[in-house]
Amino acid sequence: MIDRAASRRRPFIGSAAVSAGMAWLAVATLMCLVGPLFWHYDPDAVDVVHQYLAPSSAHILGTDSLGRDEFLRLLLGGRISLLVGLVAAIVSIAIGTLYGTVAGYYGGAIDSTLMRIVDVLLAVPTLFLLLFLSSLFHGSLLSLILVIGITSWLGPARLVRGEVLSLRERDYMQAARSLGASDVRLMFRHLMPNAFGTIVTTATFMVAGAMLAETALSYLTIGVRPPTPSWGNMLSSAQKDIFAGALWLIVPPGLAILLTVCALNFVGDWLRERAA
Amino acid sequence: MADDSPNTHVDIAPSEVLIELQNVKKYFPIMAGVFSRHIADVKAVDGVSFAIKAGETLGLVGESGSGKTTVGRCILRLLEPTSGEIFFEGRDITKLGRQEMRGLRREMQIIFQDPYASLNPRMNVGDIVAEPLHIHKLARGKDVEARVNDLLRTVGLSPYHANRYPHEFSGGQRQRIGVARALAVNPKFIVADEPVSALDVSIQAQVVNLLQDLQEKFGLTYLFIAHDLSVVRHISDRVAVMYVGAIMELADREELYERPLHPYTQSLLSAIPIPDPRAEIRRERIILQGDIPSPVNPPSGCRFHTRCPIAFERCRLEVPAFANYGGHYVACHAVEQLGGGQPDIRPSAAARPA
Repeated sequence: MIDRAASRRRPFIGSAAVSAGMAWLAVATLMCLVGPLFWHYDPDAVDVVHQYLAPSSAHILGTDSLGRDEFLRLLLGGRISLLVGLVAAIVSIAIGTLYGTVAGYYGGAIDSTLMRIVDVLLAVPTLFLLLFLSSLFHGSLLSLILVIGITSWLGPARLVRGEVLSLRERDYMQAARSLGASDVRLMFRHLMPNAFGTIVTTATFMVAGAMLAETALSYLTIGVRPPTPSWGNMLSSAQKDIFAGALWLIVPPGLAILLTVCALNFVGDWLRERAA
Repeated sequence: MADDSPNTHVDIAPSEVLIELQNVKKYFPIMAGVFSRHIADVKAVDGVSFAIKAGETLGLVGESGSGKTTVGRCILRLLEPTSGEIFFEGRDITKLGRQEMRGLRREMQIIFQDPYASLNPRMNVGDIVAEPLHIHKLARGKDVEARVNDLLRTVGLSPYHANRYPHEFSGGQRQRIGVARALAVNPKFIVADEPVSALDVSIQAQVVNLLQDLQEKFGLTYLFIAHDLSVVRHISDRVAVMYVGAIMELADREELYERPLHPYTQSLLSAIPIPDPRAEIRRERIILQGDIPSPVNPPSGCRFHTRCPIAFERCRLEVPAFANYGGHYVACHAVEQLGGGQPDIRPSAAARPA
């Protein structure tokens, strides 16, 4: 306990990868949020005359097959991709935390039943489930987020349940029980706040996973619908642009996804090690 | 004359009894194999009976694993007893439903051994002490704060401590926070589960004195669980000695410490160091052979017979009755043969009861 308090105060000297990851996440998020305000192009205006322009001072990342500014679309696509990743992760973490806490807290037959359900669902290939659900609910951004969220809560549920199993025997839980605290109070006031470290750590990985899921679905053209840009559908459309010789269109969204997912995983690893 | 029934406490008037345990057992099942077959039980508490008078402190001593903590948790129904009855003010609380038990939780509280584990690290002290008030709706709004400040002062802390988190406090201070939380509901009865074992010796006295002051001020009744015999002697009115899930001896404090009857109690007391070098040299220690037996498979007959220096045939075969010799309860065949006399178990004593 004392060591933990000390480590909390210890100045942050992560490895270079973690620092770089955090810096990338900060810069990328900021640019996606504010960048479009200063980059005056119309993201949806079709200008066939200026299609496939190579990067220049006017269009620093060039233009795509419809003559739209690639840099602006990268920033706007980042907004969508980050939003999908973040909100889908929140959805999956919320479901997983609730599910795992209930299973771990009640234990016994309830726990066995709930966790067997998780085992069964884990046996279903996630991509198949994603494809099936998103073809059913193909449409709005919200449905995409929900589809990703409800297909990725199994991991968090297991982790939180494991944590709760060890937390529920703590003396402060016994103390609260002896005070007559209700199940809801025990779960929300005592278990969940103490599982918070695990939850945050998992959430980081979940954001990365959700962004990859968005990319995969958009690449398969059942994710974010054009003309709304996302890193996934930009990658998808850039694929055919390669044959038009426009190599510059595939690198930026691909690199953006790669760097962001890597950064999230580095930060997640660091958080996990720090908690241990 | 020995009174065989453990359930009658002839020396306590029924109106004085606050808590009474009758033949309480707590078995933890051991499951094994693919189909989780029930293969054995850990008999943590195996038929315990005693009564606690209102306003008194009953000390409960025993080695690690003797089941004393389990007894405490059964009384609060943090663990469900396997069988037996527990009466609180004449009501059998083992039969109470969840809702009725919730009401009773205002009457009984617990103080834990480990002051680092018993406070939620994510809550500040004010919230910890206020939680019982919220649960039982004892105060609302500004009254909560006033009551919390009051409680903190009562246990020797200051109101400004309310905004701090448990990790900012020392062990002794944390134990005071635990006491304040227990007091918040105005309980009649508190189980103190080794409340000072985890503290420095210099702090132990402070916390024990605090508990005694609070007892006087609020008329509390304590079940004081400990393995430190000196602390128990200091705080208890009566003392019960537990061994592998059963009570071996129960008597008034002075009686027990001055004239221990059970060979186990005698050996325990002989292990207390005397803070006087001259007396310490003369002290004759009785060293027990072997280890404490497993509660999965306690010895037949008297459960102490495997280590008892004076055990004889009958001890192996027959469970001794928890007999009453004028308020001094003891479960021992040798004592019974001596009609309530003290068997001599010193290695230097040659005489053995047949």
